[in-house]
Amino acid sequence: MGNGFRSVTRAFHVLLTVFLLILGGLISGCGSSETRVESGNRTGVFHVGNATEPQSLDPHVSTGVPEHHIQLAIFEGLVSKHPTTLEPVPGVAERWEVGEDRLTYRFYIRENARWSNGDLMTAEDYRWSWERALTPAMGNQYAYMLYPIKNAEAFATGKIGDFSQVGVKVISPQILEVTLNNPTPYFLQLLDHHSAYAVHRPSIEKHGSPTARYSDWTRPGNLVGNGPFKLTEWKLYRHIRVEKNEHYWDAENVALNAIMFYPTENLTTEERMFRVGQLHMTKYIPLDKAPVYRENDPDSFVNERYLGTYYYQFNLSREPFKNVKVRQALAFAIDRDALIKTVLNSSVTAAYSLTPPGTLGYQPPKLVGFDPNKARKLLAEAGFPNGEGFPVIELLYNTSEQHRKVAVAVQQMWKDHLNINVNIVNQEWKVYLSSRDQLQYDIARAAWIGDFVDPMNFLDLGLSDNGNNRSAYSDPHYDYLIKEYIPSATTPKERLERFFEAETYLMEAMPFVPIYTYHTMFLRDKGVKGLPANLMDYYSYKHVTLGNDEVADNAVTEED
Amino acid sequence: MLNFILSRSMQSIPVIFVVITITFFLVRFAPGGPFDDEKSVEPEVKAALEAQYRLDQPLFSQYAAYLGDLAQGDLGPSFKYPGRSVNELIATGFPVTAELGLYAILIALCIGGISGVVAALKPNTAQDYVPMSLAMLGICMPTFLLGPLLILVFGIWLEWLPVSGWGDLPGDKILPSFTLGAAYAAYVARLSRGGMLEVMSQDYIRTARAKGLPERVVVLKHGLRGGMIPVVAYLGPAFAGILSGSFVIETIFQIHGLGRFYVQAAFNRDYTMILGCTVFLATLIVVFNLLSDLLAAWMNPRLRSQLGGNQ
Repeated sequence: MGNGFRSVTRAFHVLLTVFLLILGGLISGCGSSETRVESGNRTGVFHVGNATEPQSLDPHVSTGVPEHHIQLAIFEGLVSKHPTTLEPVPGVAERWEVGEDRLTYRFYIRENARWSNGDLMTAEDYRWSWERALTPAMGNQYAYMLYPIKNAEAFATGKIGDFSQVGVKVISPQILEVTLNNPTPYFLQLLDHHSAYAVHRPSIEKHGSPTARYSDWTRPGNLVGNGPFKLTEWKLYRHIRVEKNEHYWDAENVALNAIMFYPTENLTTEERMFRVGQLHMTKYIPLDKAPVYRENDPDSFVNERYLGTYYYQFNLSREPFKNVKVRQALAFAIDRDALIKTVLNSSVTAAYSLTPPGTLGYQPPKLVGFDPNKARKLLAEAGFPNGEGFPVIELLYNTSEQHRKVAVAVQQMWKDHLNINVNIVNQEWKVYLSSRDQLQYDIARAAWIGDFVDPMNFLDLGLSDNGNNRSAYSDPHYDYLIKEYIPSATTPKERLERFFEAETYLMEAMPFVPIYTYHTMFLRDKGVKGLPANLMDYYSYKHVTLGNDEVADNAVTEED
Repeated sequence: MLNFILSRSMQSIPVIFVVITITFFLVRFAPGGPFDDEKSVEPEVKAALEAQYRLDQPLFSQYAAYLGDLAQGDLGPSFKYPGRSVNELIATGFPVTAELGLYAILIALCIGGISGVVAALKPNTAQDYVPMSLAMLGICMPTFLLGPLLILVFGIWLEWLPVSGWGDLPGDKILPSFTLGAAYAAYVARLSRGGMLEVMSQDYIRTARAKGLPERVVVLKHGLRGGMIPVVAYLGPAFAGILSGSFVIETIFQIHGLGRFYVQAAFNRDYTMILGCTVFLATLIVVFNLLSDLLAAWMNPRLRSQLGGNQ
């Protein structure tokens, strides 16, 4: 019997050994291979972490940043952006003329601008595409980016049904004329938004109705774009591959052969992928890794200001927030510097205004510094000396470790400086959105990321009829300032002065408490060149080169 | 036996129907909708979107329409991914999850089965204590801890294996399969040890020994078959659990499996995708439970004769 047991044990041990040998064999075969970054440098393939699986590559359907980062490779706007300054630069249009009334724009389309299948691009492509983008049945959530165009809003909301009444006119195959409702200084910027991209009519119509969301036209092999790259592979939740488009008008200046986009919604995994050479560039970096990279690998760590504001908003339909002094008291009791240093690893900038400073040369007013004495005084004037009688209020945020940390810190500051009790409440993203929409909160965490570089994009949040306001703040005078007073400014300087005036008015009413200005933080291999970080996280891939590990010069010169 | 299969299949239809109905209404009553976003959507746009997905119709007619489509095998279009059908998304994600699950189960059976049997052969000795302690460790250690630990050691320090992906780089299937398999291996080890211990003290084993069979045959042929019944009974639910619960592994390793689709769908309020995945997984769970019952019956003569009697 003892022998029998031994033989069985031996048999199992043999099995186990075989299993381990197989495993060992598999492992040993893997160690020596070249990393993706190394092979990418050799073959001109750029490997990029891109946050999430794109919902769609149809520019009139998609809404997210990851989608836009792929669209920037496969489409190009009528007007493009300078990779560093974000100033408008020629795209599909080689030049444009602006009428003296600042209402009429004439765009001259390049004669060598072609679709990725070789078809010539014409002004009619834009007229048809913008009609598609604005057609109500399309359900384009960014249709409003085209609203500065005359009658565009009326068409998009079904008030008029005839697109010929919209201010888009084909003068000749190469000339497109656009008429605006009002002078709009940021209009050219909007033309680089995906909602304003041209789409290829024959390939869309071949795969179904032009306005159908459920269509195969965006699949590899079907999608015809006009950018420096063309879509060649789309493996769901694995990667998207785009390759150099030989029909692109500036193809000779495109250095990369291909870009691979990986959906990397898990930040920790993305950082690991970067660390072992699977990615040239990440989309984000886990907050707790920021100090580590800043210390040990500063050349790979990118941290630049971003056109976005993190703020808290009050529900003005509820007591005690109807009282402006209560709102101001709470705003003055937040020590932003301490918050950023202790909770946010010094990776963002304190915000004292809704509009990020430096937006198009605009310097906003600074009205809400940390001043606990003033905060206590204001609270007393509101009828709550030393916080007595102040109700227990709730601070709502969407589930996220970072939001929680900020909320806990602010909760403590309000307790310490104002002696008031705050409960912090987290909700899952969609539940939180629904609560904010229906004003089911006291104070809520919120954020606004600019769609274009102009203070208007931030300050119109305070409009009574802006769906993004969500605070019940409504003031006819502020509406007047935004809708009439600012647009009637005659010079850029005067316009900025009026923005300052409007923002001062808004910050005194304090429906929103700015906390910090976002930073874009990510990791980039030292060999990646020609991809500067900028305010809008905007990428111009055609300037990118991959190379050795010397510190990259990511400043793109004016000639670029 | 045929009767048994038929009656069990008939029983499962109302179960799946109830699952569909509850899920359909639960997701609709959850706050927030598929088109809610940080940036508000204008009412006209939202109305157009809802019309495209029949969300403008009364809830019960949506429910009836969904059941009608489902009867034809159409799980509908995804709300989150315009241009993709739920059928396509499941067809993309499921084979990956199934492959991952299969490897994990094989690893669990190899490691767990072997160590359980080895331990059972010499109970209360070092040969028993060592694998069983490891199994206890495996049960206690959650995959979200084991996964990153394995990545740290084999992916980052030793640089032997890729840290993410599935089928993209050589060897990238090893760590996820092993991580997922480890927890199940621990259960299998304990179950097979228990099963073997019980069986090896049975009369028929003594009879087998008495008629002079070599111990190898006694253990492998007579002992193993009875001793593995608890493991087989566990396999069905385990495999179903792996398929629906591999989300953590798929997230840690960036694997494009069904688990990741399913959880993302819930976050996105992708109604059709949530329903599609639920229906699909509920059906699978029912099928796997049925299969594991049948397999257990085949291995257990007493149960087999019971079922045979029903014929």
